[in-house]
Amino acid sequence: MDSSQFVTPGFGLVFWTAITFIFLLLILKKFAWKPILGAVSEREESIKSALAQAEEAKKEMQNLQADNERILKEARVERDGMLKEAREIKDSIITEAKEQAKVEADKMVKAAQATIESEKKAAVADIKNQVANLSVEIAEKVIKEQLSDKSKQLKLVDDLLGDIKLN
Amino acid sequence: MLNCGVVKGCKKSFEILFVNSFNVLTFAPNFKGGIFNRIGMKFISFRFLLLVLLFSCFNMAALAQHHESEVAENFEEKEAEFNPQDMITHHVLDAHEFHIVDWNNHPITLPLPVILWTNDGLVTFMSSEFHHDDFGSVVVEKDGKKFVKLHEKIYQLDEGATSVSFDAEHHPVNASKPYDISITRNVFMMWISVLVLILLFTAAARRYKKSSDNVPTGIAGFIEPLVVFVRDEIGIPMIGEHKYKKYMPYLLTIFFFIWINNIFGLIPILNGANLSGNIAFTFTLAMFTFLITTFSGNKNYWKHIFWMPGVPVPMKIFLMPIEIIGMFVKPISLMIRLFANITAGHIIVLALMSLIFIFKSVFIAPVSVGFSLFIGVIEIIVTAIQAYIFTVLSALYFGMATEEEHH
Repeated sequence: MDSSQFVTPGFGLVFWTAITFIFLLLILKKFAWKPILGAVSEREESIKSALAQAEEAKKEMQNLQADNERILKEARVERDGMLKEAREIKDSIITEAKEQAKVEADKMVKAAQATIESEKKAAVADIKNQVANLSVEIAEKVIKEQLSDKSKQLKLVDDLLGDIKLN
Repeated sequence: MLNCGVVKGCKKSFEILFVNSFNVLTFAPNFKGGIFNRIGMKFISFRFLLLVLLFSCFNMAALAQHHESEVAENFEEKEAEFNPQDMITHHVLDAHEFHIVDWNNHPITLPLPVILWTNDGLVTFMSSEFHHDDFGSVVVEKDGKKFVKLHEKIYQLDEGATSVSFDAEHHPVNASKPYDISITRNVFMMWISVLVLILLFTAAARRYKKSSDNVPTGIAGFIEPLVVFVRDEIGIPMIGEHKYKKYMPYLLTIFFFIWINNIFGLIPILNGANLSGNIAFTFTLAMFTFLITTFSGNKNYWKHIFWMPGVPVPMKIFLMPIEIIGMFVKPISLMIRLFANITAGHIIVLALMSLIFIFKSVFIAPVSVGFSLFIGVIEIIVTAIQAYIFTVLSALYFGMATEEEHH
């Protein structure tokens, strides 16, 4: 028995191996490898897409947060602006009011002064009238006194004059 | 996601793969729990399977038994002297019948069909018609032609000859060899392995079809890590992300086909149906790899063979024959590596066992059994390593053939 038969491929086995292997390859390809590999890669795809979606959602949330921050900041700036404007308006209203009040007050003071002046004049005129009346009355009394006593008439005149206090 | 742990475990260590290989054989229908904590149970069922196989073989073999009486005396004389070389050769080489056990000096075998392509067409008969004769002494007459079996080769006697005669070197002189496409024990075991593979993987594929979310359950939970291993550790790194898909069916088929036949070769009751240790088997698979490599070779591949870029012209001319030889050496190395590794393992185990009979002492048995056990464990590892190496190298060659230019 020579040992070369170990390394001499037998025709029959080569023939059957080739046929069997091709048959096995085709059967397994159709009924095993395609469904198994398909399922595995499908699952991997779904995992990948789920992860991508999660990442996307995370990013979106970050965007949202940034947006919120920005809007908040804008609102704050706007509020500050509005406050400032309000303050200015208030200040201007106050100054205007003050000015108006001053003008009004001046006007009132002037009116009052004018009134006082005219009152004074009226009073002076009144006094003058009274003085005139008094003078007339005095003159009348003096004349009446004079009619009775000349010295008395003179004294009366002096007294009367002494009583009168001109303002 | 569910099987992440299992996937990683399998990638990390080959040994785990081997332990799983026992699971393949048991067809355990339910893998829902962790695979590893159930190994103990699996071994029990593995033994049970062996037992069942043993008894079923006896039943089948009973058919063949009644032919044996005539040649029994002849046989006894020849078997008297133990010849380890003959025994090992018988176990390692292919055979036309499935020899299971000797019972009272009667070989119990499973007869297999003999199919011959002669000059006048196909001739078929059962191998039991040779009555276990392997020395050309029993002549089978069929369709007017005479056949003898000599060292597991079937010869057709020339016209007019009634028995085979030999020359000085014990070669038959009056007989010719017809094309022998018999269903030998290797072909028989190959078909059993194909049956097992188809059942196993289509069962796994059906699991995905049934589930709505592609989550592997049951047998698929066991198959998927292996398939993903071939894809992620062999297909993608060797061929590349873009082109690996086309080669996946071939790589997966060849990986599991070699692996399961390596395992079948180690099961003692199958009597060393040494398919993956047969050069015809490895030759055919290597041929497939060679053909696929050659036909998928792109411009860049051929350029590297015939006109190596990036070296001076004399070097190009010098490299061309080397590269052309390399083209053929690659599949030849595939063929020899698998054949030699598996055959060597079988020869070592059988030689260790032969020691008992050479020394004619039962006291050598513990040594033989101990060493055989040790070699057997290594062989279990080798089953997957060799399947892995064959697949990796095939993928590597495909990758080289389809690589794009990037200098």
